[in-house]
Amino acid sequence: MTAETGIGARVKRKEDQRFLTGTGRYVDDLPLARATYAYFLRSPHAHAKIKSIDVSAAKSMPGVVEIFTGKDIADAKVGGLICGWVVKDKHGEPHKAPPHPVMALDTVRYVGDTVAMVVAGSHDEAKDAAEAIHVDYDVKPANVDLARAFDKGVPEVHAAEAPGNLIYDWEIGVKADVEAAFAKAAHVTRMDIVNNRLIPNAMEPRAAAAEYDKGTGNYTLWSTSQNPHVLRLILSAFVLGIPEHKLRVIAPDVGGGFGSKIFCYNEETMVCWAASRVGRPIKWTAERAESFMTDAHGRDHVTHAELALDKDHKFLALKVETIANMGAYLSTFSTAVPTYLYATLLAGQYTTPVIYANVKAALTHTAPVDAYRGAGRPEATFVIESIVSKAAAELKVDPAELRRKNFIPSDAFPYQTPVALQYDSGNYPPIIDEAIKIADYKGFESRRAEAKSRGKLRGIGFSSYIEACGLGPSRVIGQLGGGVGQWESAQIKFNPTGNVQVLTGAHSHGQSHETTFAQLVSDKLGIPIETVEVIHGDTATTPFGMGSYGSRSLAVGGSAIMKAADKIIAKGKKIAAHLMEASVADVVFENGNFKVAGTDKTVPLGAAVFAAYVPHNYPLEELEPGMDENAFYDPSNFVYPAGTQICEVEIDPDTGVVEVVNHTAVDDFGNIINPMIVEGQVHGGIVQGVGQALLENAVYDKETGQLLSGSYMDYTMPRADDVPSFKLGNTVTPCPHNPLGVKGCGEAGAIAAPAAVMNAVHDALAPLGVTHVPMPATPLTVWQLIQSAPRAAAG
Amino acid sequence: MYDFAYHRPKSVADAVALLKGKEEARPMSGGMTLIPTLKQRLARPSDVVDLGGIKELAGIKVEGNNVVIGGMTRHYDVASSADVKAQIPALASLAGHIGDPAVRNRGTMGGSVANNDPAADYPAAVVALNATVTTTTGKHTADDFFKGLFETALGEGELITSISFPKAEKAAYVKFPNPASRYAMVGVFVAKTASGVRVAVTGAGPCVFRVKAMEDALAKNFSSAAIKDIKVPADDLNNDIHGSAEYRAHLVGVMARRAVDAANK
Ligand SMILES: Cc1cc2nc3c(=O)[nH]c(=O)nc-3n(C[C@H](O)[C@H](O)[C@H](O)COP(=O)(O)OP(=O)(O)OC[C@H]3O[C@@H](n4cnc5c(N)ncnc54)[C@H](O)[C@@H]3O)c2cc1C
Repeated sequence: MTAETGIGARVKRKEDQRFLTGTGRYVDDLPLARATYAYFLRSPHAHAKIKSIDVSAAKSMPGVVEIFTGKDIADAKVGGLICGWVVKDKHGEPHKAPPHPVMALDTVRYVGDTVAMVVAGSHDEAKDAAEAIHVDYDVKPANVDLARAFDKGVPEVHAAEAPGNLIYDWEIGVKADVEAAFAKAAHVTRMDIVNNRLIPNAMEPRAAAAEYDKGTGNYTLWSTSQNPHVLRLILSAFVLGIPEHKLRVIAPDVGGGFGSKIFCYNEETMVCWAASRVGRPIKWTAERAESFMTDAHGRDHVTHAELALDKDHKFLALKVETIANMGAYLSTFSTAVPTYLYATLLAGQYTTPVIYANVKAALTHTAPVDAYRGAGRPEATFVIESIVSKAAAELKVDPAELRRKNFIPSDAFPYQTPVALQYDSGNYPPIIDEAIKIADYKGFESRRAEAKSRGKLRGIGFSSYIEACGLGPSRVIGQLGGGVGQWESAQIKFNPTGNVQVLTGAHSHGQSHETTFAQLVSDKLGIPIETVEVIHGDTATTPFGMGSYGSRSLAVGGSAIMKAADKIIAKGKKIAAHLMEASVADVVFENGNFKVAGTDKTVPLGAAVFAAYVPHNYPLEELEPGMDENAFYDPSNFVYPAGTQICEVEIDPDTGVVEVVNHTAVDDFGNIINPMIVEGQVHGGIVQGVGQALLENAVYDKETGQLLSGSYMDYTMPRADDVPSFKLGNTVTPCPHNPLGVKGCGEAGAIAAPAAVMNAVHDALAPLGVTHVPMPATPLTVWQLIQSAPRAAAG
Repeated sequence: MYDFAYHRPKSVADAVALLKGKEEARPMSGGMTLIPTLKQRLARPSDVVDLGGIKELAGIKVEGNNVVIGGMTRHYDVASSADVKAQIPALASLAGHIGDPAVRNRGTMGGSVANNDPAADYPAAVVALNATVTTTTGKHTADDFFKGLFETALGEGELITSISFPKAEKAAYVKFPNPASRYAMVGVFVAKTASGVRVAVTGAGPCVFRVKAMEDALAKNFSSAAIKDIKVPADDLNNDIHGSAEYRAHLVGVMARRAVDAANK
């Protein structure tokens, strides 16, 4: 059985049966008796004082049950939303923490800020009533321009708590060492980079439903959460004060998150809070326009970077200055993303001996910005891999050679970087070699010439990324200011008849845990995969766990499952020893059977399980009945997947259209449990990376603060025909510190791809004398650059 | 959406009667524009008159030198029609590139032309082929039909029943899609018909327009070389986050040349 379904097998996704036949159960699908429907009235202004809110006409509209405003929330002493990661600035002071009320009280700070909640008998009735609410706004000047956020006279978002829009001024590395290295440099490459702002666009919009049981005082909240236990913890401990044991959070089938569903949001908080006041269940599902406006956005950095090289082209030092957009309020993990998930990655795959980074976090009158697929690591990779390729172009050396020359040697692991992280393992040269082979790098110049004969500009680009994921070692997270542990839990619960429920604190919203985790347990315990059911997402049934993000589910959650499986085997051995009248020390476990070495005595695991539940012949004096084990696993380090992507583009100089014609990705994810699922994760990640590089851009109007890219009419999502068929490869350096030897694969594609694509675009346009192309390289942008290029595109 | 009364008449006459005398009745064909408008509460009709049940409105006929397409004919049916493919392949190809499969199976000729979205594809075909729009009150020439941004010659309660496209000797449509919506950011339909050469541009301006200078040059010499130096002024063109007016003006030239080359293939 294990060959077809065990570790390494391309097992088809168990969850697809229901997803592809329309029988998944999402929050919006929930049938709740006597349900009411919430609709949120939102600010049409980027910045305004609320002079008054008149709900009297709205209250008498048909179907209206209740209307709540910020004042009701304040009167009820509901806490504000929290930022769960305390970043200390360069003077050791904690970051500025302006209040984040669940509903605006007297000021709105971005278009979409929550102003009132209408609860009615139907969605349409709630919406009708919301239109009848009269809000008198005193519109104030707003700033949506990140680069200007700290300028004198720029409108402040939280003037009292965060003067000058500054949340923190943070640094890592020793500036003087870096300056000294630059003074000795033979060559310095400088670059200004804007990492464009992205809107996550999960297929399922955010949704929440809540029910209050008056008899028991228990609340149930269904939410599209990536981490239901963490959401409950935040709501209980900081926001609503409902004790954890009286609040059950269920995240059922969830249609994608990409980070945006990690956070604790206003709407789910309000829906939960109001359920007891209204006395009927409340449902809310975001409209797509609300998702655009209010899901936490991603990226949005303005960076200046400098790389110093010696005469042999070895990197001497890297200096990075970044302004990171936080939006109008600090979302749950916003502060950590541009610091500990970004600047600590700036060594990349290289031996750069000294690195200094300064990050200033800024408030603007825009939606909150937080983790989005890769979270900080795509930003870091984009800085490093852009500047390395630029240096290669300036020095007229092969970009692959320059990378190779500076790679951390394969025998140098574990490797301590100058920016806090210690890479546990890695072997970079074979990755780039494999990528170069798959991509036929040698044949590129002839492809370029052939493209030229068709009037196209062809370019090639590299991106060699490293990432730290598998979040994470709790002690380290704590030292860095993180407010939670980052271990994961698992429970393996056999039923008397031998089938098994695997409960995990991780959460699957596209990651295929129901398949991968079942493969692990099936392989390890030698039982058919059909007999394994993976359960997640319900705080009442699963052990406390941290959820899924940061490519942690397998490396941390899978490791917890392995630990629980070890306990099952250990207990089974004792039972089997009893049944076989043998000594425990002589019992071995192989392919689902306990055996006494050197004899033909055998007890199948199922028989041991049955004996544990029907303990008629069982060592009850020494052993508890039942077969139900749980485990908690806290990793000793992050995991460090690495890889190289090579992108080839063709540009039509007449229109500026960039076409990705070839894209190769070679990754080292350590051991691979299900190659099909891993390839799917890489495909999706690359597509999101191509989206960032060429298509996606969240644009706010600088005058009015309105979101101009607020629908699919204006926000360009990548589509299947925007990308070629990807060429993938992999190498394996097992992770030395987790039991499976695995690293994470969920974010890698999105981390590496933008630089690969943009380096290819730069390479294609270099013959025209174009030296800098901002992301996204849209047709308009590229065409304008070609128009003003020093050399014409003709020929 | 707001509440409205829904009607599904069986004949054009019933539809016209239903639309008459109501304070704000709207016809609906495929609903591909109307329904999103209602859902976003941008329109508040008292009545919606669904034309989907009227058999006489859908279908494609060849009448002499013309292809006559009923108002309720779906984009998919235009794209896959043997008659359209034989007589005016450029029109079939245009229809096959509107939106996505769902939109092509719901959206209609009449709805698209009546709506006159500045970025819609069909208006370019109607103008370039010098088609005739037949309505419940009479006939409109293509040049008189499209009046401005979302504005047409249609009067209150007047329905498009069919559009008659003259067969083209040569024709092609080349579209530069808006990267996000994939409507036309610039679409150019070039056609050589019995009434001469026409170049119609959609997406670039507030309403479909003709480029006389290109038409004159192509009438003399139907080749892309003949129009390579003709520039369209950017002054009245659209300007948004996807394309400046200058970029659109430039694209009109590129798309027109590509359309001529395609028409000559
Ligand atoms: C996702 C998406 C992508 C799209 N992409 C494209 C594209 O690439 N190119 C493109 O050209 N279009 C595109 N469209 C528009 C599509 O082609 C539809 O044809 C258009 O939306 C009109 O829809 P409809 O035919 O269903 O008409 P409806 O939505 O039913 O009606 C549209 C308007 O016309 C009126 N009307 C309808 N029928 C008549 C009639 N017979 N007489 C008079 N008035 C009438 C209605 O009252 C309404 O005001 C897209 C639409 C969507 C939703």
